[in-house]
Amino acid sequence: MAGNNDALPVRTGFLGWLNKRLPVDQFMRDQLTGYYAPKNFNFWYFFGVLSLVALVLQLVTGIFLTMHYKVGETTAFDSVQYIMREVPYGDLIRYMHSTGASAFFIVVYLHMFRAFLYGSYKGPRELLWLFGMAVYLALMAEAFMGYVLPWGNMSYWGAGVIVNIFGTIPVIGPGLVDWIRGDYGIADATLNRFFSLHVVAVPLVLLLLVALHLVALRQNGSNNPDGIEIKEKKGPDGIPLDGIPFHPYYTLKDLVGVGVFLMLFAVVMFFVPTFGGLFLEAANFEPANPVSTPDEIAPVWYFTPYYAILRAVPNQRLGALLMALSLIFFFLLPWLDRSPVKSWRYRPVRWRVALAIFVVSFIGLGYLGMQKPEGVYVALARIFTALYFAFFVLMPFYTRGESTSRVPERVTMHHD
Amino acid sequence: MRIAITLVAGLALSGGAAVAAEEGGHEGAEHGVEWQHWKAGNEVNNLASLQRGAANFVNYCMGCHSLKYMRYQRMADDLHISTEQLQANLIPTGAKPTDYMLSSFPAADAEVWFGRAPPDLSLVARARGTDWVYRFLKGFYVDKSRPSGTNNLALEGAAMPAVLSDLEGVKAAVFSAGPAGPEGKSVEHFETVAAGRLKPEEFDGFVRDTVNFLDYAGDPSQVRRRSIGLWVVLFLLVFTAFAWLLKKEYWKDVH
Repeated sequence: MAGNNDALPVRTGFLGWLNKRLPVDQFMRDQLTGYYAPKNFNFWYFFGVLSLVALVLQLVTGIFLTMHYKVGETTAFDSVQYIMREVPYGDLIRYMHSTGASAFFIVVYLHMFRAFLYGSYKGPRELLWLFGMAVYLALMAEAFMGYVLPWGNMSYWGAGVIVNIFGTIPVIGPGLVDWIRGDYGIADATLNRFFSLHVVAVPLVLLLLVALHLVALRQNGSNNPDGIEIKEKKGPDGIPLDGIPFHPYYTLKDLVGVGVFLMLFAVVMFFVPTFGGLFLEAANFEPANPVSTPDEIAPVWYFTPYYAILRAVPNQRLGALLMALSLIFFFLLPWLDRSPVKSWRYRPVRWRVALAIFVVSFIGLGYLGMQKPEGVYVALARIFTALYFAFFVLMPFYTRGESTSRVPERVTMHHD
Repeated sequence: MRIAITLVAGLALSGGAAVAAEEGGHEGAEHGVEWQHWKAGNEVNNLASLQRGAANFVNYCMGCHSLKYMRYQRMADDLHISTEQLQANLIPTGAKPTDYMLSSFPAADAEVWFGRAPPDLSLVARARGTDWVYRFLKGFYVDKSRPSGTNNLALEGAAMPAVLSDLEGVKAAVFSAGPAGPEGKSVEHFETVAAGRLKPEEFDGFVRDTVNFLDYAGDPSQVRRRSIGLWVVLFLLVFTAFAWLLKKEYWKDVH
């Protein structure tokens, strides 16, 4: 691994016994004290560790919720109220989990934006990016199925809308929808299998993918805001000149970030857990009711950009196809971006404008996905959808032969 | 740090205080009665109001509506109601303090009499919002075309009769010309058909207390949760401050 070939401490007694059987010291050296990370990480580099914090938070609170939640169409809704009212501190566990879902997406979106800013998806980190995108997809599946479990009216109708998207696939679509639901409508069978997938299958996949994401990260080390490889400039001791040991430097810095994150998290969770209907929708406080459609069926905020793309075209099949494409393009990013330079700091205005347009489109679509599709909103959704795809489709053209500014030899410590 | 505490406390309180400042009244200005903008302005940490609201609910609502997730004892504990008061005034004969607050009105009869069973109200304040509940309770007006003789501004064609008319009195609504907006019919003014036992401001207080109680019943842990939250955020502030100092010390030699 990185640089440090310092001898391991000589251990006697229990630690000696342990290290002979389990490479504890070696692991600490290779992954923490002897793992050199670029010294110029800025604000954006907090969101990786915060994603990990969110994951652990969801796993732990999820375990406790599962102790009291009762899956089943006649019991699910009541059991959530039982958790809210009769389980000691159950309301805190439940709101940690519901706030945690939104927090997870917030930090993941900022983590992904960081990759756009500094070209972290570019070689040699393409696989790292692909694993990350796979984590994102698994997270979407996890969040969707989790949202169905309280069996509120929005759970029920939202599940219907999302599952029906698969019905637009030619030939196999209708059969596929029945297969996913396990019934001819969203029903008890659907709820039961979503529970199974939400608490067992998808978390296992998530953990595996996160492990692969981290292994791939350690293979080449982190990128940094200057987008240069610190391993190319090493001192006589074989240590990157611009590297500092992950522990204690970044463990302590991350601790500060985690503290700030938890503080914001606590403010939301304790004081505004529904976040004005964004994190928990009012319609979900009514039990699932197949004969009463909510005024408006809208997914939770983290899905709304894609939902807006789905609705932007009048043809449902085309809308579903575009929605799928809007995700697939993320995976192709490392090969669409032809610029030799990673960081936006040394890339031309053209790239910065393109990135800004993409960010505005994504956020704009996210907003529109929460509004009724009428009037000027329809036109806006189409414009943003077009810009969204233009960003990806035209990327090979506007990034080829970019007039980049000179990339420094060594990392810089300025802030942006 | 004081600023942060104020901010956090402000966040918790601003919701209630802001709406209380712009209370909606009955008296219509030039634009008529803007019932669509009436605010409940309830304060869910006002114990006296919650106790009155609990009594209101038991006496006027529970004949038909249940709070199926709420136990009498939990309510008494949270609202500082003594066991004697609970037994004497709030629990129906034969029920135990640990029972859920269920109406004894048979759902089958209700369907025959009103066309539908009265909904459980445990979560109505969360599903519809406290302002909506307030508008609903004050939104009854005479409508001879309805079987109950009344209709409701907030819920057109409500099956529920105006059960509070004994307190509020009976009012007729004079509607503005033109079609109803997306938020419902616009009302020019109300006309009193029969006076009630309470003065208008007394009735308003009655409704606010009841809405306040339903807000509480929708999330009985909310007051306690906020008080815990304050300490959690305070702890995290201190923790993060020390973590930052430690980080600064270690990073001294990084340039």
